[in-house]
Amino acid sequence: MNTLVQRFSTTGPAAEIRKAKEVLGEEDDVVDVMGFGNLASGVPKFSIPGVPDPSAFLKMHTDDFADPSCRIKIKHGTTTLAFRFKGGVIVAVDSRATAGSYIASGTVKKVIEINPYLLGTMAGGAADCQYWETYLGIQCRLHELRNRERISVAAASKYLSNLVYSYKGMGLSMGTMICGWDKTGPAVYYVDSDGTRLKGDVFSVGSGSTFAYGVLDQGYHWDLSDEEAQELGRRSIYAAGHRDAFSGNTINLYHVKEDGWKFIGNYDVSKMHYDGPDGRGGYGYDLRVEGKSSANPPSSA
Amino acid sequence: MSIMQYNGGSVIAMVGKDCVAIASDLRLGVQSLSITSDFEKVFPVTDRLFIGLPGLATDVTTLREQFRYRVNMYTIKEEREIEPQTFAQLVSSTLYERRFGPYFIEPVIAGMQKTPAGGYAPFIAATDLIGCLNFAKDFVVAGTASEKLFGVAEGLWEPDMEAEDLFETISQTLLNAVDRDAFSGWGAVVHLITKDQVITRKLKGRMD
Repeated sequence: MNTLVQRFSTTGPAAEIRKAKEVLGEEDDVVDVMGFGNLASGVPKFSIPGVPDPSAFLKMHTDDFADPSCRIKIKHGTTTLAFRFKGGVIVAVDSRATAGSYIASGTVKKVIEINPYLLGTMAGGAADCQYWETYLGIQCRLHELRNRERISVAAASKYLSNLVYSYKGMGLSMGTMICGWDKTGPAVYYVDSDGTRLKGDVFSVGSGSTFAYGVLDQGYHWDLSDEEAQELGRRSIYAAGHRDAFSGNTINLYHVKEDGWKFIGNYDVSKMHYDGPDGRGGYGYDLRVEGKSSANPPSSA
Repeated sequence: MSIMQYNGGSVIAMVGKDCVAIASDLRLGVQSLSITSDFEKVFPVTDRLFIGLPGLATDVTTLREQFRYRVNMYTIKEEREIEPQTFAQLVSSTLYERRFGPYFIEPVIAGMQKTPAGGYAPFIAATDLIGCLNFAKDFVVAGTASEKLFGVAEGLWEPDMEAEDLFETISQTLLNAVDRDAFSGWGAVVHLITKDQVITRKLKGRMD
């Protein structure tokens, strides 16, 4: 009886909360599902703008569809790569975030550590990648608890691709590689917000991907040693950081082996240009041609 | 994207005590693709006068030659070197001639101006792409990193800096501003002008 009175009274703490929720426009139960508070109950629900065509409304307010006078700038410009080889999977990314020509950050973490055996890369909408790949991590853990077995990379990537496909046309923007080691060995899947899901050995995503592919394809073969593979990943991202205005700052390098992923290091692109990873000769073109012909005399001359 | 940002690049000029400095980055790109790191945008006009031409690269070359021609004609007719103030007017009217189909360049001018007393005084100026002159007393900026240059220069510039302090200030301003601009960078060059000499130094910058 007491609780019943409380529910419908216009004074007291319960009513205060009810009023606050009305002001904030929150529906009672949806609130918990929105964040990661109560996800076991199912797929998160998002509040949608109250207009006839919500996705057209969103497009109007973002620069995603080439509106120059856009109000909301979604961060773009990236180089990410992942490749499979004898010794596991190499994942390498840059760390630049640009909004138009402005370099908004040079210290972005574009590798998302889903769990100790799975890595995701970030290209496109930073928030979309971060949110959904963290969400994927939760679902992967639930899979482990339900089935007493780790989820395969194939299954995890398919979960993500089915999920983003259900939002197709709503403006999600992500180009990601889901990388890991499962029963079948090392695995790399490319998943994007169009719903594409591809299994492969070598992938690169982002505005600098063409530059990265150039170096990657030239140096790639299956029997690379661990050191050679790490160097190839690092060198490929350097190439992209050098030539692509929207990529650069630093390189983050990961190596996935049978016992899970390992963070190899963070490397400054400019330091790679002048000094190289170990201080013994930089990657820079000028440094490699200096003194080799009369057109490129030694700097002291 | 604006045609002003097609090739990228930035220029800055600053006033010191009995000296001026003008500096630019060295990048030339085609939108996001960086092509070369030795594209200079600052050119000598006389022994004590320089002009920086950030903007569309094809117009950088065209205007440089155009100004060289007009300055040479002036020198021959007047039988004396052009003064910075006069040259600024020449730049302004050259650009306004193309009022309805402009060159996509925002020039920056820096030099030492002869005073009636017989000495030299620092002079800087900048114009927009159709020749509106801006005579500033502290610093002028132009190019894709102009907003960032304004911010850093506003924080670092002080009145009456000696030549070496001015060099350090303009170098740090340019280097740090272009590191926040995707279309500028790839090295820099600084010209330090005093009444009797010009010191030109190339700077190593971030290569990404």
